[in-house]
Amino acid sequence: MRFRAKIVDLACLNNFSRVINTISKLTKTCTLRLTVCKLYFILSDKVANGGASMWCELCQGNFFDEFQMEGVAAEHNEIYLELVPENLSRALKTAHSAKAVKIKLTNKHCPCLRVAVELPSLSSSSRIVTHDIPVGVIPRRIWNDFREPTMPDFDVSIYLPVLKIMKSVVERMKNLSNFIVIEANLSGEMNLKIETDLVSVTTHFKDLGNPPWASEEGCQSSAQGRNLESMAEACIDIKKLQQLLAGQQVNPTKALCNIVSKRIVHFILLHEDVSLQYFIPALA
Amino acid sequence: MKCVIAGGNVKVLGRAVHSLSRIGDELYLEPTEKGLSLRAVNSSRSAFASFLFAPLFFQLYEPGGPAPDTEHFRCKVHMKSFLGVFRSLPSLEKSVGKCLILLKHRASRLVLQLHCKYGVTKTHNLAFQECERLQAVFDTQSCSSRLCAPARVLADAVVHFPPTLAEVTLGTGPGGKISLRNYVEDEAELSKTMVTELWLAEDEFQSVTVSPGSRITFCLKEFRGLLTFAEASNLLLTIHFDEPGRPVVFTLDDTVLEVHLVLATLSDLESSSLPPPTNGVSHLPTPADDFADDLESYMVALESSACEGASGGPPSPTFPLRTPRTAQSDPEEQEEEEDEDGAVPGTPPHKKFRSLFFGSVLTPGGPGLAPTQEVLAEDSDGEC
Repeated sequence: MRFRAKIVDLACLNNFSRVINTISKLTKTCTLRLTVCKLYFILSDKVANGGASMWCELCQGNFFDEFQMEGVAAEHNEIYLELVPENLSRALKTAHSAKAVKIKLTNKHCPCLRVAVELPSLSSSSRIVTHDIPVGVIPRRIWNDFREPTMPDFDVSIYLPVLKIMKSVVERMKNLSNFIVIEANLSGEMNLKIETDLVSVTTHFKDLGNPPWASEEGCQSSAQGRNLESMAEACIDIKKLQQLLAGQQVNPTKALCNIVSKRIVHFILLHEDVSLQYFIPALA
Repeated sequence: MKCVIAGGNVKVLGRAVHSLSRIGDELYLEPTEKGLSLRAVNSSRSAFASFLFAPLFFQLYEPGGPAPDTEHFRCKVHMKSFLGVFRSLPSLEKSVGKCLILLKHRASRLVLQLHCKYGVTKTHNLAFQECERLQAVFDTQSCSSRLCAPARVLADAVVHFPPTLAEVTLGTGPGGKISLRNYVEDEAELSKTMVTELWLAEDEFQSVTVSPGSRITFCLKEFRGLLTFAEASNLLLTIHFDEPGRPVVFTLDDTVLEVHLVLATLSDLESSSLPPPTNGVSHLPTPADDFADDLESYMVALESSACEGASGGPPSPTFPLRTPRTAQSDPEEQEEEEDEDGAVPGTPPHKKFRSLFFGSVLTPGGPGLAPTQEVLAEDSDGEC
């Protein structure tokens, strides 16, 4: 099992750092899945996470100048590692002006991802800073726990409002309540609602647009034939929503959410090289 | 005492106070003929800093010399109060033209008066307490290793470590390289904590005189405070160190300013229980034989003199008497320290650090003190 990768381009490095920063804001630990072409940051829906789950996919070619991977076995040419994304984020934090960043899987006294940052320095040789990030190797027998979650049979799918605005609204609401209700309909309208004993606040968004999911047989049956004005709603933990929005450092190319009434909200944020899906279950 | 600081030096004084505020909660002032000395020490007595401003630093300097045979006036004030006067460095630079420091004995107040633009004068009256001399005992001449570099080199190096990191290990490696590595306390932590390491080349330093394979671990927080000051003042920083356990001394020298920061370092005995770092970075060849000897005699001493440590005095801020590092007394003394360390309440995680050694309350050469024994100089109000 080997892994070795290198980033030389500063723009790619910054891009990669941003992805890691976003992930680190969503969860304390997650699973990193490495395949020949892609990297995945996965969080499976356990009670410990409050049932939230995450699937983030990157094409390695868009970030790394060199990428070599050898999985656990020939037929299973993949590596699953458990890591703390905050560590990776910190390691890359001071690498803004790096000449190169190399990442390597090592196992000296314990499995680690060694991030070596080569920085320019005043002396004749470069400054090299190494960060050894401890990782856990996930055995093949539980790889099934980390499969890509299927798109839920949603009631409404709608584009999100401008994330910056949504974020500031949710942040203020967070001070008032622990739960937030997201409701939306197929006419491009979305409401964010909180309600406490003392106060209830609703923010209305309209003209958001609904993504045109190509209707396949048997798919989205709950969305078809649905009254356009009828709202699908879900009450979710406001902190999870706030973390998702706060973690976005760059505006996504596409941002939308699928709501399964009273069950789950599925957020999809697409950037050029990265796709992020985040599932927040509805609370009773 | 009366002194006036003018122009750009007000900001320097402000920065010095900021740096001292990273160390302790009380600011000690001692005006002497050599200049005004500002000092601070931390609660566990493992960090001490002193800034000595020479008379030339001031526009006017009157230490208010003592009558012959009496000691200089010394006092301490709450760090927060003093810092409050210099809190905003940018506004100090922009609007303060002069700063007057005046001691009003009769009113028991230390007056800090800032003369600002547009005729505005801000007067702060701080309560002070007279106190004994605060002086850590250290000798930079006796240190076997010395590194000298522009502060910026070290500031650039230290930035890679997280702001919350407590301890860092400075070591010397092959090829004259100097390494900095975050210190992880025990083996269990090692498999959970990210370890960051970087190497500085010899040519980044102005001078390097080190004994190869030497390595010391000290607290980063207080060091960062000094680095910020040094970087802003563009000064050369010199690091004097010796064996692990002996304090590391950071000095900044200037024509009008002398700065010392003394930090306790982790003694080898604790660090020898860590496995040798095996993550491929060629670390320093630890002198294994010496360790074995130390451990052995330590274990023997532990078994045979279990009672001696207990009688070593009250558990609070007093420190163990320190005897020179002879093979015999060392283990006993360390064992005493273990007891003391365990008993000192609320000390920060650096409780494993040897406490620094402070000068005697008595005047130098006072009776009854063996030249190698040092006793803590406690504040006058520590008489409990």
